[in-house]
Amino acid sequence: MSQAGLSAVVRAIVRRDVLLAFRRQADVMTAVFFFVIVASLFPLGVSPEPAVLRMIAPGVLWVAALLSCLLSLGRVFTADYQDGVLEQMVLIPHPLAVLVSAKVFAHWVVSGLPIVVLSLLLGVQFGLEGEALGVLALSLLLGTPALSLIGSIGAALTLGVRGGGMLVALLVLPLFIPVLIFGSGAVSSTVSGIGAEANLSLLGAALVLALPLAPWAAAAAVRIAVE
Amino acid sequence: MQWGSLNEFLAMGGYGAYVWPSFGATALCMIWEVLLLRRRHAAIRAALHQSAASVEVAS
Amino acid sequence: MSESRATWTKYSSPQAFYPLAGKLIPWFAGLAMICLAAGLYIGFLVAPTDFQQGDSYRIIFVHVPAAWMSMFLYVVMAGWAAVGLGLKARPSFMMAQAIAPTGALFTFLALFTGAFWGKPTWGAWWVWDARLTSELILLFQYAGVMLLHASIDDLRRADRASAVLALVGVVNVPIIYFSVRWWNTLHQGASVSMTAAPKMAATMLSAMGIMALGFWMYSAAVALMRVRCIILERERQASWAQIERGA
Repeated sequence: MSQAGLSAVVRAIVRRDVLLAFRRQADVMTAVFFFVIVASLFPLGVSPEPAVLRMIAPGVLWVAALLSCLLSLGRVFTADYQDGVLEQMVLIPHPLAVLVSAKVFAHWVVSGLPIVVLSLLLGVQFGLEGEALGVLALSLLLGTPALSLIGSIGAALTLGVRGGGMLVALLVLPLFIPVLIFGSGAVSSTVSGIGAEANLSLLGAALVLALPLAPWAAAAAVRIAVE
Repeated sequence: MQWGSLNEFLAMGGYGAYVWPSFGATALCMIWEVLLLRRRHAAIRAALHQSAASVEVAS
Repeated sequence: MSESRATWTKYSSPQAFYPLAGKLIPWFAGLAMICLAAGLYIGFLVAPTDFQQGDSYRIIFVHVPAAWMSMFLYVVMAGWAAVGLGLKARPSFMMAQAIAPTGALFTFLALFTGAFWGKPTWGAWWVWDARLTSELILLFQYAGVMLLHASIDDLRRADRASAVLALVGVVNVPIIYFSVRWWNTLHQGASVSMTAAPKMAATMLSAMGIMALGFWMYSAAVALMRVRCIILERERQASWAQIERGA
């Protein structure tokens, strides 16, 4: 293992995390179904009027995606923390931030990607069509990796902490807000005909910013937790 | 000085209901914080005193 | 250079910092009281009534300084946290921990007084404007830092974890401010223009400045009071803390 190159290690981590997640299918399905159910509550709770639904769709779907990501954040590090794998990762001579990125990527594949796909279906339920539907999926495709990245900081900070699950929501949700604004903004500006380019590029900028910074902070948090 | 009387001062040109709660809340919070900290300091000092006394009795 | 280094190491132990903090508190407290008294005097008795807003504008004498302090204290807290992480200095973490509640208090006061100013001025207690939203998020971030610290039993870990969170938050607040501002330009209908600052008389400005200075001194005094409590609580077992009980 210590002789293995960085890319081999990264690939091994991604494969292992994805495999483990699919072996515990119930966890994956819970987060995905959570997304669907939360989004389905709004037409029942607010109004089934198509015009209203089209207006609230971007915000509702984005908030549902955000909460679903939050629900699955515990999975990123907890199991490895409990059985000591995380400690090994800190010790091997590869940059921890890169290893953390691999774990975050695996988390996104398992919990972010299904949401991107399902959002097309739910978007139709909310009366979005054509371009708006595409922008919704695209905004989630850019935004959910950013959510996983930022969320991993909170997940690492609350490792082994009393009431960590509730706490992680409080720590991470304020950090999610810019992504939420740009993501739902992209969809609603498409619906109202302004065009989504500006929002989408800001969303991309948020992802580019989070890509190096978040794993770095999360790696620092992991070190603090295992020491 | 533009206030003819105390009542005029308290009325704040009709905005008294907005001005005084703001200043009152600020003053209350600040005084409350100082009082809490004083009590906290006194409590920890008393606890230290007690533990020191018990050490002296034991020895 | 070598002397300043020696001074730094001297005060970087809680034992030396405790009496130093104790000596500084009366000075900051005294200056705070003088500034606040002068600021209130000028603000209520000297400054004229604003011709547009009437006397409701006097709320800004507490509102603006509280808002400034809420942001400034967050940066100071994050600064101490960064120093703590960089130099592994325990008193820095204690300072960061001591500043957080005062910062959160000023954030709350900024929101509270802002609502009481907003109602007569714009006719709404609350609008989803960039400043208000980022102030609200700032309150959440203070709460997050304090709750994370409180939930971790191992103090060393609690210090460092909440320091990382505080630093992440420093990046977040400006991003939120600009994203909400930009978002509001798209929602023109609901937004209220608040950038048009009314022209202020010199006495108004000086009242605000003196009040801000007073809040600053108050924060210093209160943070030092709290850091003394934290030091005693943490160093319960140390022999010097036992001796200090009478002081």
